[in-house]
Amino acid sequence: MMRLIVGQGSCGNAAGANKVYAAADQLIKQQGLDIRLESTGCVGMCYLEPIVEVINEAGERSTFVRVTEASVVDIINNYTGDKAALDGLSIPQEDKSILDKQTRIALRNCGNINPEDIEQYIAGGGYAAIEKCLRHMTPQQVIDELKVSSLRGRGGAGFPTWFKWDAARKSQSNVKYMVCNADEGDPGAFMDRSILEGDPHSVLEGMMIGAYAIGAKEGVIYVRAEYPLAIVRLNIAIEQARQKGFLGKDIFGGTGFDFDIRIKAGAGAFVCGEETALIASLEGERGMPRLKPPFPAQKGYWQQPTNINNVETFANIPWILDKGGDQYAAIGTEKSKGTKVFALTGKIKKGGLVEVPMGISLREIIFGIGNGIVGDKQFKAVQMGGPSGGCIPAQLLDTPVDYESITKTGAIMGSGGMVVMDETTCMVDMARYFLDFTQKESCGKCIHCRLGTKRMLEILTRICEGKGKDGDIALLEDLANKIKEGSLCGLGMTAPNPVLSTLRYFRDEYEQHIHHKKCPSKQCKSLLRYEILKDACTGCTLCARKCPVGAIAGERKAVHTIDQEKCIKCGKCFDVCNFSAVTVD
Amino acid sequence: MNCCNGCHNQGYEKLNPVFEKYRNKPGSLISVLQEAQELYGYLSMELMDYIAENIGVKPAKVHGVATFYTQFRLKPVGKYLILLCQGTACHVNGADAVKEAITEELSIEEGETTSDNLFTLNNVACLGCCSLSPVMMINGETFGKLTPAKTKEILREFKARESKSAEVTA
Repeated sequence: MMRLIVGQGSCGNAAGANKVYAAADQLIKQQGLDIRLESTGCVGMCYLEPIVEVINEAGERSTFVRVTEASVVDIINNYTGDKAALDGLSIPQEDKSILDKQTRIALRNCGNINPEDIEQYIAGGGYAAIEKCLRHMTPQQVIDELKVSSLRGRGGAGFPTWFKWDAARKSQSNVKYMVCNADEGDPGAFMDRSILEGDPHSVLEGMMIGAYAIGAKEGVIYVRAEYPLAIVRLNIAIEQARQKGFLGKDIFGGTGFDFDIRIKAGAGAFVCGEETALIASLEGERGMPRLKPPFPAQKGYWQQPTNINNVETFANIPWILDKGGDQYAAIGTEKSKGTKVFALTGKIKKGGLVEVPMGISLREIIFGIGNGIVGDKQFKAVQMGGPSGGCIPAQLLDTPVDYESITKTGAIMGSGGMVVMDETTCMVDMARYFLDFTQKESCGKCIHCRLGTKRMLEILTRICEGKGKDGDIALLEDLANKIKEGSLCGLGMTAPNPVLSTLRYFRDEYEQHIHHKKCPSKQCKSLLRYEILKDACTGCTLCARKCPVGAIAGERKAVHTIDQEKCIKCGKCFDVCNFSAVTVD
Repeated sequence: MNCCNGCHNQGYEKLNPVFEKYRNKPGSLISVLQEAQELYGYLSMELMDYIAENIGVKPAKVHGVATFYTQFRLKPVGKYLILLCQGTACHVNGADAVKEAITEELSIEEGETTSDNLFTLNNVACLGCCSLSPVMMINGETFGKLTPAKTKEILREFKARESKSAEVTA
């Protein structure tokens, strides 16, 4: 039977995939067509959404992109007949090759299987790794295999996963917990959401393997409430796994191993990505971090040994146990093994989700896979690591992507957000944006973080408003260092990074703002000056009519002028002028 | 606990099954608050006091947890809740201009509700639809690749839908 598969991640749905699905469903039912309609997760090519794949009886795949309610009807009607009519809808060859440039391990099933059907996951070799562990390996052997793979935590810090598991295994207790951190809070990152929506079973299997290795009987997934679709699909996956006997008592039969998983919806707090804060939140408290040690591996959830890993880390684990740690370690660099998933966004032509081997250069990702900057503008910087990271400038585009090299630039690998910026992005404004974020998200426990980030934000806001003073840069640096030293958890320790890294590479932009009251990227409104060119103005009066504050004066067919005192720098005149007579400086 | 009018816990019966569900599960305060908000739209002081009394924790703790997490709303919201994404990609691609368009169209700022109780505007940390930035979500439906003009158009459609249904009722 012919299959029609619609990519339905949250982003696909936002682009209209659910409407496409409904239209296809209606047509198939109406005409009684012999077509099986299915849905799958996000394949990562977000700029082509909604994506529809057709697999005919012979197993041939055809991919159609930017599908609409109308064009899905064309696809169904013409697929068996006039295929040429569908040429305009087919995926272009250059986009097809984007997948070939990637190495997909964590994303191996995303966009390929129906996440709501456990059988499809099993058919692809799913749940074989956990069964192998339970029947043929000791917990120590599982951890040893992981050690060979050299997998490091994909949530941001990059701590060796085997080491955490080993510590939790060695803790003596009858009750232990395996926790999945799915509180993906970095603004600009959506790798974990896509994995949860596209391949929830790989996360469950990873957690099962970990639970067996450390000796946990209970697993908890702490997932953001802002990801409703991920929660729905996880619930379906857990229920299906229970029915199969993969979760519950004596899983897989005759193994004597009990393990079950439940979901806990987070309530919106960035700091809960920190392990101890996450545990506090799981216990129903305010999510505030505490001093380590004791580490969660010794005393975590309800004071019992607890291991916490991130979604992408778990998704890698079944593959590693299935293929062998050495296979995984064969990919990547000396100290950073395997692959990493990145969310490529911002001013990028072909944004989406990419999984690449460690060691590939930033240039290859941004220009080779992402195809460069929208409108072929000048690349300025790429932001990695979100509010804990930094901006990497154009001269460092050949930096290899591995933990050590990225850290050297002043950014961090982070969880995988990669926001590309062009010449129109103001770096001072970027720093201000991130400090605004961390200032709001600081839990308030440490004074340096709570007040320090607020003071830094005030200074940055002042600079963007054209009220910067001599000594502001030194003051920012002083505060930054003190916040790093005086904060308990990762949020505070890394909060000043966006400022420090932009100061390192774009100090001249700060100086332009402070000393010359100019924003080179023309983003900081207060520093802009709109003027009308005498020679170009035709006196059409359009700008004067559109100006919301009546700051533009001039008779019809006479040159207009802007009253700088009244001007609120909204840019309306610039936008509406048909003769390019309005300039901004 | 009595409310200001002296009535006793009026209308909170719907919470009873929720209390029952979490009765023997320690650490469930956040889950109870989430379900309460789902049922009543927001967490009023009376509602939080009622929850505290029923699950045996101090009202101060309930209030402390409710104010810590951004998901919890302490004020009623309009019929349509606009969540404007504040993610990095949205910021870089012009979320500020979208915010201005919403403010121009509805005359509300972040956290405010229109006088006709139709729209509430809330900022939200990343919605994870970065490739469609800038993005907003209205009652669970995501709208991407927004421009100020497109934003206003969407809001006007919602308004038109409302006045139509008002006509029908009249």
